[in-house]
Amino acid sequence: MHLQAIQIVLTCFAVFAVSRVLIRFRRGSTSVPHVALWLLFWAAVIVVSLHPDTTNRLANLLGVGRGVDTAMYLSLLLIFYLLFRSFAKIEDMDRQLTRVVRANALRELEAELAREELVKPGRSS
Amino acid sequence: MPKRIIVIPAYNEDRTIAEVVSGALNFADRVIVVDDGSRDRTGLLARQAGALVVRHAVNRGVGAAIGTGIEAAVHLGADAVVTMDADGQHRPEDAGRVFDRLAQGDVDLVMGSRMKKSDDQGHMPAHRVLFNTLGNLLTFALFGVWVTDSQCGLRGLSAQAARTIELRTSGMESISEFIKEMKDKHWRHDEVAIKAIYTDYSMSKGQNFFLGVKVALKLVFRRFIR
Repeated sequence: MHLQAIQIVLTCFAVFAVSRVLIRFRRGSTSVPHVALWLLFWAAVIVVSLHPDTTNRLANLLGVGRGVDTAMYLSLLLIFYLLFRSFAKIEDMDRQLTRVVRANALRELEAELAREELVKPGRSS
Repeated sequence: MPKRIIVIPAYNEDRTIAEVVSGALNFADRVIVVDDGSRDRTGLLARQAGALVVRHAVNRGVGAAIGTGIEAAVHLGADAVVTMDADGQHRPEDAGRVFDRLAQGDVDLVMGSRMKKSDDQGHMPAHRVLFNTLGNLLTFALFGVWVTDSQCGLRGLSAQAARTIELRTSGMESISEFIKEMKDKHWRHDEVAIKAIYTDYSMSKGQNFFLGVKVALKLVFRRFIR
């Protein structure tokens, strides 16, 4: 089998990506479903880069002209989805951070008010 | 005697905060300054000027600061809460007028309006009038409520409104959230003509065009996605 340079690059990158996924999993920072999904994805990348013909079959199935185009469309779809997910996640974290900061600020206020009461007994406030 | 509390969100405003606080104290029983993670002496100067200071450990944006301030005011048993900018663009006597309007008891939200006609009309720079009109149009398009100054930072809440308000956004776009809340919760509202003091300092602190566009996009996004 004669490999083009791009096939070698893609395959090597996919192998590297798989190693990162596995390292993260070993550290316990990724859940099993996530690892499975990512491994599946990178395995697909390896298969497609070594046997580009497989995408043609998928292309025919989906009604897209060329296999490479199909791969592009699907990747773009995936990227947009992940982008949206990260955006939503950041928004959530933003809101949670505000909640923590606010709770903390109000707790400090309580403490200050308590001190104020001690300094000026009898003053209602 | 009803308890009037002024909430001032402040981020790096040590040039103006002391004066704003002492002015505000003439029209309220308590002034709460929410120091939104300032890196200057805003908190210290506000406390020295007589404000109760609530401090955000990190900067969370004006909306989050107002939310914290309102919650603190409710905790202190406020009967009416007025929010005011820390850059000195609002006159304390206008906060007093907003309190007076709330005290009539028939409204939950009183918006200060720099566009509403009064004998005492301030002069708003032309480009501000334009941005403001755009802001009002967007507010109307999104929430179906027409107000003459949707971007004004001086506004008052009844005790009931202060207890129930939920601000979800944390940045400048929270300014329009008051209007969303008003609509969702069927608050009765009114506008009070106020005069803004435009100094070079307050102009440099206000919204610029690009920030305005960003805020507008965020509002549209939230309106349709969430």
